[in-house]
Amino acid sequence: MRSGSNLEKVLAAGHFAVTAECGPPKGSDLAVVRTKADYLRGKVDAANITDNQTGVVRMSSIATGALLAPLGVEPVAQMTCRDRNRIGMQSDIFGLSALGIRNLLCLTGDHPSFGTQKGAKKVFDIDSTQLISMVKRLRDEKKTLGSEETILGEIPVFIGAGVNPFARPYEFRAVQLRKKVDAGADFIQTQGVFDMKLFREFMKAVCDLGIPQRCKILAGVLPLKSLGMTKYMAEKVPGVVIPEQLMKRMASVPKEKAGEKGIRICLETIEELRTMEGIAGIHLMAIEWEQRVAEILERAKLLPRPIV
Amino acid sequence: MVKGYARVLAVGCGGCTSVCLAGGQKETLGLAEDLAECARRVGVKMEIATFTAERQCNGEFLAEVGEHARECDCLVSLACGAGVQNLADAFAAKPVFPALDTRFVGIDRDVGLYEERCRTCGTCQLAYTGGICPVTRCSKSLFNGPCGGTSGDGKCEVSMDIPCAWHEIYERLKAQGRLESMLALHPPMEWIDKGPATVVQRGYEGRYAGRGQEGKS
Repeated sequence: MRSGSNLEKVLAAGHFAVTAECGPPKGSDLAVVRTKADYLRGKVDAANITDNQTGVVRMSSIATGALLAPLGVEPVAQMTCRDRNRIGMQSDIFGLSALGIRNLLCLTGDHPSFGTQKGAKKVFDIDSTQLISMVKRLRDEKKTLGSEETILGEIPVFIGAGVNPFARPYEFRAVQLRKKVDAGADFIQTQGVFDMKLFREFMKAVCDLGIPQRCKILAGVLPLKSLGMTKYMAEKVPGVVIPEQLMKRMASVPKEKAGEKGIRICLETIEELRTMEGIAGIHLMAIEWEQRVAEILERAKLLPRPIV
Repeated sequence: MVKGYARVLAVGCGGCTSVCLAGGQKETLGLAEDLAECARRVGVKMEIATFTAERQCNGEFLAEVGEHARECDCLVSLACGAGVQNLADAFAAKPVFPALDTRFVGIDRDVGLYEERCRTCGTCQLAYTGGICPVTRCSKSLFNGPCGGTSGDGKCEVSMDIPCAWHEIYERLKAQGRLESMLALHPPMEWIDKGPATVVQRGYEGRYAGRGQEGKS
């Protein structure tokens, strides 16, 4: 065991893992986090705590994660390269380890031009692949970047990375994933899967490279709430591709039935992913829809969650 | 910036800002006219003289500015940020104001069209990226391939008008049969922007003993 996190144990035992997403509040009020924890407790193996996603200021992922753990939901802290340099990042990795956070997802981060702080100076001192190898060095060699001095204490984290199989150049994405695994990624969470054909091609390339033997891959699943949200995702969210066919299906039902349609599509996707070679679990991104997570997982026959 | 100064000297630059049609003789005369018009409109008495130096980034060319500067209360420089500072050092007793916002080191794509190409980061990456700079042309200055935001047929998440630099790097390296150079893990950059840099050309070390230690702070 590298971290002893619940997520790592579930995956190591060969179970089909389930993670969800939990966005921190835009402020210091914990009420939202408590409500989301009530929806997720016992339903998922761990929950990602986003790091100022889309460049909108929220409570820090690490603080939210530390507050979420006693509420019975194992956190996956997220760290992007946008807001901190390598000094700040390593310092925060010490901190999250001391606070008991055992999963860390290493991401590039959305560009600040998307959010409410458009004039912010973006950092990007290191990139997400370099961040992965920096965390691995801290954990396995107990050394900070470029230093031979041994750090005090342990950094037992299960290292995660992201991949977007739906962005060009398609044929490079599997190879890029191998780079992240070479750098030290233990698990992967993919961008939301809507285009199954493209995803199958990607996973074939991933399997041909022998990646699933070295790293656990969780496929991203994103239930669509409405036609409006589907259009928004397709047009505004970087790297999301929604096939024409899916758009038509969401448009085919009246507004009040769109949510149910979205969940059915989501269940079909989960069904296909469960039997796909190389897939070790799903990452369910029910954006501001955490109250439906239990229902989706129940209907997908992914409950109860294994106790390991 | 120049409000309250009766005699203004607008100093153009015959170097890069002249080439970019932003700070040459023509633009300096234009600025003087605009300033005079502004002053007239608000009923302020302002004398505006102009002079265009061959280049403002070299002290020798600033000597000629001296005689014109003697009679003014402030100077406005139409050079890049480096030129403005050189002018301000040369006439340290007088206020020197920038007329331009210096944007980048770039190329002349076409008449009146310029594109940024270099961030002068000090550790050139171009050898392994097919001659396309990821520090400058990737919106997130990444080193190990594209982020997940590449949209459409290879555009940046920031704007569909910006090509994804890593998509371009990939296509060029593929065409050259050199893809292996982006497969290796590229370690964190040793940024050298530790402080103001001075470079001493090889052979001049004796002349400038003790100087030119890159960004040592």
